Amino acid sequence: MNYILGAFKPACHISITFSDGKSRKQVPLKKENGQTVMVPLFQSQENISGKISIEPVSGKKVEHNGIKVELLGQIVRELDVPGEIYERKTYPFEFSTVEMPYETYNGVNVRLRYILKVTISRGYAGSIVEYQDFVVRNYGPPPSINNSIKMEVGIEDCLHIEFEYNKSKYHLKDVIIGKIYFLLVRIKIKNMDLEIRRRESTGSGANTHVETETLAKFELMDGAPVRGESIPIRLFLSPYELTPTYRNINNKFSVKYYLNLVLVDEEDRRYFKQQEITMFRLGETS
Amino acid sequence: MMIADGIEDEEKWLAEGIAGIQHNAFYLHRAVDSNNLREALKYSAQLLSELRTSRLSPHKYYELYMRAFDELRRLEMFFKDEERHGCSVLDLYELVQHAGNVLPRLYLLCTVGSVYIKSKEAPAKDVLKDLVEMCRSVQHPIRGLFLRSYLAQISRDKLPDIGSEYEGDGDTVMDAVDFVLQNFTEMNKLWVRMQHQGPIRVKEKLDKERSELRDLVGKNLHVLSQIEGVDLEIYKDTVLPRVLEQVVNCKDELAQHYLMDCIIQVFPDEYHLQTLETLLGAFPQLQPAVDIKTVLSQLMDRLSNYAASSAEVLPEFLQVEAFAKLSNAIGKVIEAQVEMPVVGAISLYVSLLTFALRVHSDRLDYVDQVLGACVKKLSGSPKLEDNKATKQVVALLTAPLEKYNDIDTALTLSNYPHVMDHLDAGTNKIMAMVLIQSIMKYNTCVSTAEKVDVLFELIKGLIKDIDGTLADELDEEDFKEEQNSVARLVHMLYNDDPEEMLQIICTVRKHIMAGGPKRLPFTVPPLVFSALKLVRRLQGLDGEVAGEEVPATPRKIFQLLNQIIEALSNVPSPELALRLYLQCAEAANDCDLEPVAYEFFTQAFVLYEEEVADSKAQVTSIHLIIGTLQRMNAFGVENRDTLTHKATGYSAKLLKKPDQCRAVYACSHLFWVDDQDGIKDGERFKLIFRHNWT
Repeated sequence: MNYILGAFKPACHISITFSDGKSRKQVPLKKENGQTVMVPLFQSQENISGKISIEPVSGKKVEHNGIKVELLGQIVRELDVPGEIYERKTYPFEFSTVEMPYETYNGVNVRLRYILKVTISRGYAGSIVEYQDFVVRNYGPPPSINNSIKMEVGIEDCLHIEFEYNKSKYHLKDVIIGKIYFLLVRIKIKNMDLEIRRRESTGSGANTHVETETLAKFELMDGAPVRGESIPIRLFLSPYELTPTYRNINNKFSVKYYLNLVLVDEEDRRYFKQQEITMFRLGETS
Repeated sequence: MMIADGIEDEEKWLAEGIAGIQHNAFYLHRAVDSNNLREALKYSAQLLSELRTSRLSPHKYYELYMRAFDELRRLEMFFKDEERHGCSVLDLYELVQHAGNVLPRLYLLCTVGSVYIKSKEAPAKDVLKDLVEMCRSVQHPIRGLFLRSYLAQISRDKLPDIGSEYEGDGDTVMDAVDFVLQNFTEMNKLWVRMQHQGPIRVKEKLDKERSELRDLVGKNLHVLSQIEGVDLEIYKDTVLPRVLEQVVNCKDELAQHYLMDCIIQVFPDEYHLQTLETLLGAFPQLQPAVDIKTVLSQLMDRLSNYAASSAEVLPEFLQVEAFAKLSNAIGKVIEAQVEMPVVGAISLYVSLLTFALRVHSDRLDYVDQVLGACVKKLSGSPKLEDNKATKQVVALLTAPLEKYNDIDTALTLSNYPHVMDHLDAGTNKIMAMVLIQSIMKYNTCVSTAEKVDVLFELIKGLIKDIDGTLADELDEEDFKEEQNSVARLVHMLYNDDPEEMLQIICTVRKHIMAGGPKRLPFTVPPLVFSALKLVRRLQGLDGEVAGEEVPATPRKIFQLLNQIIEALSNVPSPELALRLYLQCAEAANDCDLEPVAYEFFTQAFVLYEEEVADSKAQVTSIHLIIGTLQRMNAFGVENRDTLTHKATGYSAKLLKKPDQCRAVYACSHLFWVDDQDGIKDGERFKLIFRHNWT
């Protein structure tokens, strides 16, 4: 799509194609305007290469001061020196083994995007720009150490439970398996849920902004247990839109995940215990 | 008014629930018809959400549940057909677990589980284990109960039983048993918990609601009994202990009663016999309020029927010492439940006795043992005042009579009289009448003095005044009936051997003598006649008796008779005594015992002279004397003369002239007897008449 500065009509048509466009996996990307488009998926250290075609519209020649392609905002490639385009010209481009350690992220207060930007500089006539989004996701092996989470919590003389989650690190299509064991129950419980909460924090120091979202509310138990009951947990993560845990990305933001165990009594009082878990993206080969 | 509103509200909520189900069912059917799995899951989850309600009583909830159940059956057929929806059963098993609310999720999971087992892609035991564990997430009593009932229903035909198509490797029967036992245990826990949940309700209403759901729990036991692979071994080692553990631990009287009953009904009698000790061991551990006697009676009834079914079974009863175990168990229960009223204990003994009579009728020692235990219990309690308890004791005492049709057997039961002692006077007499009636009914004859002694001890309430009751309190009619019964009884006491018969007579005499003036008029006559019968028998044997010194001679008996009749003087009952003397005289006459006959006449005249005062009675009496005297042929002239003279003299002294005439006229016959050896004394004859006309 042309993004025109200072002119009414697009002077030329820019198209960006990737060399492995047909074979590369495409994933949906929700844009700021709400629309969802399919864009190619890359991993860190891959080559991003393709062709950029520029074609003047309605046969008129286009004079320019140079054409470049940027992998925002990191790398720039000059495609051409100042000159004229009077018929379709195709420039191959390549960014090799690009380090893209951070994944594409679409959050509440922060977005991390990867964009290819083609600029035809034209001085007074205004530059002609074309964007192409793509998504970066990085897969990894399962963690070498992955301890379970087992803890006893309670309120004196009211409620004592021991909860157990089978792991502390889960991949995005994983299953949370565990149990809640009731050691002491002196309140009238109505039900128990397990929530998955995402906490996105942007900025630092005094300017830290935290946004928490409940992504899942999964009912674990219906009715009042008695002491000695053990309630099973089996929560499949695949239906939910989760991302890996991001810690201090570029010193700009973090995204963390929590399991929030909530017990509600007959008077709608809520008792909860929150526990952080680490999410990661599991490589397909593993 | 409040309650009526409540019912109306419930109707409304039920209607809303049904409407909700129907609404979602419509869209569900549409989704299924177009093979749209996603939509089908969505609408079935919504449909099942109607079952999350807390507003309905169990009865109404059941109606809602049945609607959902029907829909799930159709859904299961859709799930089964992978070609239609394109999702493998394994994926489907995961997919339904994505549902956010636990109750719909688990209903769907069970439904897919059924398909999963049928597909044989996984061992039945694994799927069943997963399902029964996951159901723990529903802790609400009613919702949980119905969910598990659903699980029980869909799994019934898919248990890994031996010989079934789902039979697995390893200990497949145990897998099936474990599954059912686990579901049963959880269901019972939920069922018991029903009473603690929700607003406080009246106990009767609560019990009624709980009773409505009891078959959901009991069904599991039925399923266990139907598992082919559950043999006696497995029943003994695993099934029974675990079921009993839950029954005892739940500490709920409603559950305990129902489940014990269930166990007894559902499993074969042969098993009960072989696990008697374990089964009975549970009873003392049950809550005090449990009506154990009904359950135990049921058990004993069943075992009795089992014993009656075939003769081969009986040795088993003896081998496992069934009676001893039952007896012990009952003892333990009575001991453990201190609060149990006497009627409870006695009815337990009645059941045990019935069992003993039916199964071990030849073992009188068992019967006596039960009576003994009863005596012990009664001794430790205050005097019986409770009507019900008394009825039970009477039942206890009547049972052996009815069984054996033979009073002899009852008389050998050493504890029988001790039990009777514990009855109040009124009931004691009733029981005594029952005893007599039994003898009369079966025409039994009590044949030894010893037995007679025991018998009369038993019926002593009729024979004499027991402390505490006054004969005056008694209704005239009742009293007469009682004494007449005793009289009839006397005639049932008989032995061919004269010695023994004499002993019997002496024994009876000993007892009735304590009867007092009111009773003797009833009891003496039959005894006298009984003795006279003996005399007549001996008379026939006369000369055939060996040369031994035998106590049973007519002479001895007449001595006895004299004493017996003398007792009537205390009543006083002169007329009766007079008649009896005359009877004796006649019998003595037939034995040719002149002095004895004379003595009897003397006694009769003494009575006439001193006791018979009423003029009418005098007339009757003198005619009796005359009549009897006329038949005498053993008298020598002197004795006859004396007696005749006396008779004539008294006749002439009667009050009214017409009576005098008649009597004297009768006396005339004394001088002229128209038979071979008869006296024919013409002179005297004339003298009489002359005398009379003056």
